Amino acid sequence: MRKLRLLLAGTVAAMALSSATAHAERGTDGDLKILFWQAVSTMNPFLSAGTKEVLASSIVIEPLARTDEKGELVPWLAAEIPTVENGGVAQDLMSMVWKLKPDVKWSDGTAFTAEDVIFTWKYCTAPDGGCAQRAQYEGVKNVEAVDPHTVKITFEEPKPYPYSAFVGAQSPIIQAAQFKDCLGTKAPGCTAANFGPIGTGAFVVKDFKPNDVITFAANPNYRDAAKPAFASITLKGGGDAASAARAVLETGEYDYAWNAQVEPEVLQTMMAAGKGRLEISFGTQVERINLNWTNPDPALGDKRSTTEAGPHPALKDPAVRRALSLAIDRDIIVEAGYGQSGKPTCNIVPAPEAVASTKNDSWCLKQDLEAANKLLDDAGWVKGGDGIRAKDGVKLSFLYSTSTNSVRQATQELVKAMWAEIGVDAELRNASASVFFGGDPASPDTFQKFYADVIMYTNNFDGTDPEKYLAEWLCDKMPGPANGWQGQNIPRYCNAEYDKLVGELSKTADLEKRAALAKQLNDMLTEEGAHIPLVHRGDQSSFAVTLEGVRMNSWDSQVWNIADWSRKK
Amino acid sequence: MFTYTLRRLFFAIPTLLIISFVIFALLDLAPNDPTGDLPLTIPPEVREQIRASLGLDQPFLIRYMKWLQQFFINEPLNILESLTGWQFGDGERMRVLSWATRSPVVDLIVQRLPQTLWVVGLAYLFGIMIAIPIGVISAYKQYSIFDQIGTFVSMVGYSVPTFFTGVLLIVIFSSYLQWFPSVYDTNLRVTDFDSFVAQIRQMALPVFVLALYNASQIARFVRASMLDNLHQDYVRTARAKGVKEKAVLLVHVLRNSLIPVVTVIALGVPTVFSGAIITEQVFRVNGLGQLLITAVQGADMPLVQTLTFIFAVLIVLFNLIADVLYGILDPRIRYD
Repeated sequence: MRKLRLLLAGTVAAMALSSATAHAERGTDGDLKILFWQAVSTMNPFLSAGTKEVLASSIVIEPLARTDEKGELVPWLAAEIPTVENGGVAQDLMSMVWKLKPDVKWSDGTAFTAEDVIFTWKYCTAPDGGCAQRAQYEGVKNVEAVDPHTVKITFEEPKPYPYSAFVGAQSPIIQAAQFKDCLGTKAPGCTAANFGPIGTGAFVVKDFKPNDVITFAANPNYRDAAKPAFASITLKGGGDAASAARAVLETGEYDYAWNAQVEPEVLQTMMAAGKGRLEISFGTQVERINLNWTNPDPALGDKRSTTEAGPHPALKDPAVRRALSLAIDRDIIVEAGYGQSGKPTCNIVPAPEAVASTKNDSWCLKQDLEAANKLLDDAGWVKGGDGIRAKDGVKLSFLYSTSTNSVRQATQELVKAMWAEIGVDAELRNASASVFFGGDPASPDTFQKFYADVIMYTNNFDGTDPEKYLAEWLCDKMPGPANGWQGQNIPRYCNAEYDKLVGELSKTADLEKRAALAKQLNDMLTEEGAHIPLVHRGDQSSFAVTLEGVRMNSWDSQVWNIADWSRKK
Repeated sequence: MFTYTLRRLFFAIPTLLIISFVIFALLDLAPNDPTGDLPLTIPPEVREQIRASLGLDQPFLIRYMKWLQQFFINEPLNILESLTGWQFGDGERMRVLSWATRSPVVDLIVQRLPQTLWVVGLAYLFGIMIAIPIGVISAYKQYSIFDQIGTFVSMVGYSVPTFFTGVLLIVIFSSYLQWFPSVYDTNLRVTDFDSFVAQIRQMALPVFVLALYNASQIARFVRASMLDNLHQDYVRTARAKGVKEKAVLLVHVLRNSLIPVVTVIALGVPTVFSGAIITEQVFRVNGLGQLLITAVQGADMPLVQTLTFIFAVLIVLFNLIADVLYGILDPRIRYD
C-alpha cells in the first residue's frame, strides 16, 4: 500500500514536472494560424523580392546572420559574427571569413556545408537568372570554401560594411542539392523547388498553394530539439488589411496578422474585444515629400523634370523650401493617419539610434507658421488677391502627387490646408500604386518621372547601414531619358559637397566615423530641402493575446524568431 | 441546326484570335510593371534584369507569337500527355508561366477552379432556384403583398453592392454571433460528417451574398417575362377552352416566358467561371476571381492574358449555346 502511494506521488510529481516544461517540447502547441492580406506567390525570395515572399520564406530558409529587434547582428547559421577584431574580416577589408555552426542539418537530414553557401551565391549571380536579391552580392568577387564549415568571401574593393551577402531575410541560404539544375534561365522552371525549398529553419513546407495558403510542419531535423513549440503553421493569404486585423483582434480566428495598415481609430474599436494586441517596431521607413529641383512645366515637353529643363521656378528658392517644411504640423499627420505606428521626424535616416541625427529637430519638428510667413515675406513672395503668394509672375501653386492609399490622401488634405495658411496652394493628385511605383518609362505618372512639383511616398533601406541609401542622392543617380528614367535621386538634388562626403563614407571603416558622416549627409538633405521628411513609420502587426515569444523586428523578417513562439497555457 | 452550329464555331476562331490580340495589346499598353510591387530598396539595374528574365525586353509581336504558341500548341499537348500518358517530342515545352509565381498558369487555374465552382456556381444555382418561383408568383399576383415584398428584396439585393453585404454579414455572423467563420479554408477536405458541416458553414456566407445578388437579377427578368405572356391571346384561349389554371400557368405561360430567361441564364454562366472578384476577396475564398485581381494588381501579364482569354472563349461558347437553346425551346425559330 505504501509502495503504491509512493508510486502515485511519484507519478503526480512527474506529471507536474512535465507540465511545467511542456512549452519546451517540440510540436506541443498545435497549429499556428497566420493571415497575410497580401497572399504569398512563391517561397523563393530570389525570384520575388516582395516583402510577403521574403517573410514567408524566412520561416523555412535562413541566412548566416540576422539582425535582432535592437538592430544588432546575431549569428544564425554562422557560429559567430566576423569582425576585424576577431580576425574574421581582413585588415585591408578585402575579404571576410564566416565560420558555420557545425551540426546544422537540412530538413531532409543531410548536412549543411560551405558548398550550400557558395551555391547560393552562384544561383543569385547566374547570368539571365533575374535574381531579385542580386544587390545583396554587389562587390562580391568570389565565395570559396576554406573547409566544409568555413566560407571565405573576397570583395572587388575594400568593403567597410561587409554584412550584406548571406545576412538577413533577403539573403538566405538554399540547398545546393535541391537547386543544382535551376541556375540562370532554368530557375523559373523548378516549380517544385521554388514552392517548397528545403531549409534549415524551424518549419518545412508541407503544401503550397500559390497566392492562397501555405501549410508548414515542424522541422524534424531542427537544430534545437526542444523547438519549435508549434506543430504546424497555416499561412492564409488574401483580403484586405482591416479584415485581417479583425480576424485576430476581434474574432480571434487567427493568431497573427501581418501588417495592420489600418486607421488608428478602427484598430481601437477592434482591440476592445480583448482577443489580441498590436506590436509595433520601427525600422528605417520615412514618409517624405520630395521637392522637385527641376522644372516640371509641361510646356518643356520631353525635357520636363530633367536638368536640361533648368531649376524649378519657385522651389529653387531656399526660403520656399524651408517655409514649406516649417508650415507642416507633423504631430497632426501622425495622429490622424498613423497613431502609435508613426513618429514625427525630420530625418531621412531615422534609425538605428547611432546614425539618427537630432540636429534639425529644434526648428523642423514643430510647426511655425509665423516663421514660415516671415521667411516668404522677406524673400519677396507677396500674397495676391486670391491669397496665393507670387513673385515675378511665378505663383506658389504646386501639383502635389502621391500613390492611391487612404492614409496618403488624408495626409495630402492636411498638408494642403497647412500650406494654405502661408499662402501656398496645392493641387492634389494620386495614381494607383502599381503605376506610381511601376517605373514604366512610357507612363507619365511614375514617381521617377516626377511630372509634379512635389510627391509623397515612403522609402527605407535594408539592414542598419545607410551607405547605399545615402548614395541615392548623388548627382549621377538622377532619373532621366538617358538612363530610361531609372535613377533613385528622385528630387534631382545635386551638390558636389554631398557627392564628396558620400565618397568619403564608402572608404571609412570606423563605425563611429561612419555614423558621424551619415548624420552629416542626412542633415544636409533636410537643411537644403531635397525633401521634407514627415513621419518615421513603424511596422505594426496584430497578435493573439495567447501568443508568446514574439519579438517584433523591423530590421529582419517579422517571423525571424518563430522557433521561439509558443502558446500561453 | 447542325450546320448552323458548325458555321458559328468556325467563325468563332478568327473572333477569338482578334480578341486575344486586343487583350495582349491592351495589357502591353497599360502602365503596369511586374517589378512595381517590389520594395524600393531593389535597385533599378536589378529591376532591369528581372524584366529581361521575364522576356519583357523582346519586341511586342514576338512576345505575342510566343504566347500563342505556348497557349494553343504547348498547353494542349501537355494536357493530352498527362491524360493519355503518351509523349510528344522530348516533353520539354515552354508553358505559359505566371510572372509572380513562376509556375504554369494552367496549373494555377486548375487549382482555383474547385472553390470557385463550389461557391460561385452553387450561388448561381441557388439564385436561379429561388428566382424562378419568386418571379412566377410575383407576376401572377401582380401588386399583391408578395409581389411588393419580392420587388423590394430584389431591388435591395440588386442595388446594394456585395462588398457591403459581405462585410455586414461578417460583422453580424462572424464577429458578433460567431456562427460562421469569416475566412474560407481552401485546405478543408470533406471526409466525414464534421468536415462536411465545416464546409457548409464556411460556404454559407459567401453563397448567401452571391445567391441574393443573382436571384434579384433573375427574378426581375422572370417577372417581366411572365407579365408579357400572361396578357397574350393564347392564354385567354387556353382559359376559355377550360384548361386548368395550373396548367395554363406552368405549362403554357412559364414555358414561353422562360425563353428569354434561359438566354440570360446561359449568358451568365461564364461569369461563374470568372469568379466573384469582390466576394472572393471579402471572404478569402481565393478562387479564380481573386487570382485575376491579384494578377492585375501585380502586373502578372501572362496570367491576366490567359485568364481573360479563357473567359472570352467561355463567353463566345455560351453565346452559341444560348442561341441553340433558343431554337430548341421555340420551334418558330429556325436557323437553317
